[in-house]
Amino acid sequence: MATLKAPAPLPAAARAADWQDRTNWFAHLIIWVGVLITAFPLYLAFVASTLAPQEIAQVPMPLVPGDQGVQNYWQALTQGGGRQLSPPVAWMMWNSLVVALVITFGKIAVSVISAYAVVFFRFPLRMFFFWMIFITLMLPVEVRILPTYEVVAGLGLINTYTGLTVPLIASATATLLFRQFFLTIPDEYVEAAKIDGAGPMRFFFDVVLPLSRTNIAALFVILFIYGWNQYLWPLLFTTGQSMDLIVIGIKKMIGTGDALTDWNLVMATAILAILPPALVVLLMQRAFVRGLVETEK
Amino acid sequence: MQRKVVFSGVALPYALLAPQLAITLVFFFWPAGQALFMSVLQQDPFGARVVFVGLDNFRAVLTDPDYLASFWRTVYFSFAVTVLAMAPALLLAVMADRVVRAAYAYKTTLIIPYAIAPAVAGVLWLFMLNPAVGVLAYLMRTLGIPWNPTLDGTHAMLLVILASAWSQIAYNFLFFLAGLQAIPKSLLEAAAIDGAGGTRRFWTIVFPLLAPTTFFLLVVNIVFAFFNTFGVIHAVTGGGPAKATEILVYKVYYDGVIALDLGSSSAQSVILMAIVIVLTAIQFKYIERRVHY
Repeated sequence: MATLKAPAPLPAAARAADWQDRTNWFAHLIIWVGVLITAFPLYLAFVASTLAPQEIAQVPMPLVPGDQGVQNYWQALTQGGGRQLSPPVAWMMWNSLVVALVITFGKIAVSVISAYAVVFFRFPLRMFFFWMIFITLMLPVEVRILPTYEVVAGLGLINTYTGLTVPLIASATATLLFRQFFLTIPDEYVEAAKIDGAGPMRFFFDVVLPLSRTNIAALFVILFIYGWNQYLWPLLFTTGQSMDLIVIGIKKMIGTGDALTDWNLVMATAILAILPPALVVLLMQRAFVRGLVETEK
Repeated sequence: MQRKVVFSGVALPYALLAPQLAITLVFFFWPAGQALFMSVLQQDPFGARVVFVGLDNFRAVLTDPDYLASFWRTVYFSFAVTVLAMAPALLLAVMADRVVRAAYAYKTTLIIPYAIAPAVAGVLWLFMLNPAVGVLAYLMRTLGIPWNPTLDGTHAMLLVILASAWSQIAYNFLFFLAGLQAIPKSLLEAAAIDGAGGTRRFWTIVFPLLAPTTFFLLVVNIVFAFFNTFGVIHAVTGGGPAKATEILVYKVYYDGVIALDLGSSSAQSVILMAIVIVLTAIQFKYIERRVHY
């Protein structure tokens, strides 16, 4: 009896992928257009940040990087925005970093303990408090600008890190996310902890917090970007320049936005403002994508 | 939903809730209450006396031609931003879902704008489109288009729409891609075996299954365009020229913080609050529904 031996086939998935890729030049083309639209403004900003002001003013400016990069970045970092007065960018980046980190960890901390209380205990007004936190979703700062300003001013928090961060630390979304996750922790864990004589705080630190690692990582990315990119809040609560954050600083450096703007320094500052959040997204891409899609569901 | 097994104790959970509740009360509910309260009061020009005026502030705001113009401008702006941020994102997601090679590199580039503050995105676009040194502005001039967003309101509007949409595409892209990847491949294969072509498969299978994602993004994008674009407007145009880009949230800020018209600004805040509440309620109603899928 002759044995028929079929030629070893490619794994089906690889074959399909290969076939798809060859016929999908159109898909690649569309994505390349998308990548181009995404990257072009960033590329142009980078090029401008390496040019001398005269080179930008000669319209159209060159489209390849120049040799003033080191000088531009150094000037921006140490002296700030040229003709438009601004604090050194290094100082504004420090402010932004402090604010972003306090907001990020503050939000995670208050949310994780609130969710823990709501899920793992029974007490009067439990759901009422939960709804109170939930409803803050409907009260973004944009709709209560003036009265919030008065509260913060009344507490003497204008131009302080506290004023820039604490009022933003409540987080309905993070609380919701943690609550959802806590509801999936098996009852057996709680029972085992009780049998072993572990109290609620012990259970929180030894079991719940370690289990929440991936959620915390994802929230870290989303909230860091949220904190770093704050605009309206610092615009209202900082006066003068000592507490300027970098995003606000850029706006001040533009001035009237005409030929008198030192675009080389503005663009160097823009690149510096983009770098930290972009790095966080790139380095933690997996956690970020998963977290984003889950948090907002 | 509730857990069956819980810890006992009452003081501890209250203590755990206290920090977040304190912040909520002081910085959310109290100011929101103040906005409601001030919206029915009128301060005389010297700030000496405050009188209760009922709904007068609302009547004044809602019959003010400036406010109504700003309202319709916001609707137009939000519509444009939403369409321009969602349609390309869907197209890109469908394409990215198809390619296998280089997919990760593409995705990495496409999500970067998510990390960029809307105000900074605005500055990047202002740099390309400002009439003095902008590369794209130069390109348009050579093509014979008299481009000048500092003088022409329509041009300024286009500029802030482009910058806002650009900074939101990444977000939509990620959600569409996640939605597409959740569609069972067997469904598409079955349709292909039955002879349905690529376009047909998209409109009869993929698009309906993406409907929940699309609807969710629709609400998120409208909220984004209504509120989160403040930075773009403030950094790029300052509402100008001649109020051509003054959307509602910028007007609240301007009337309250710059022009110090407390009554009107509070009434506007309350109206915006109503808009957010409706949008959020729609969003969550739909999420409740999705639980049954």
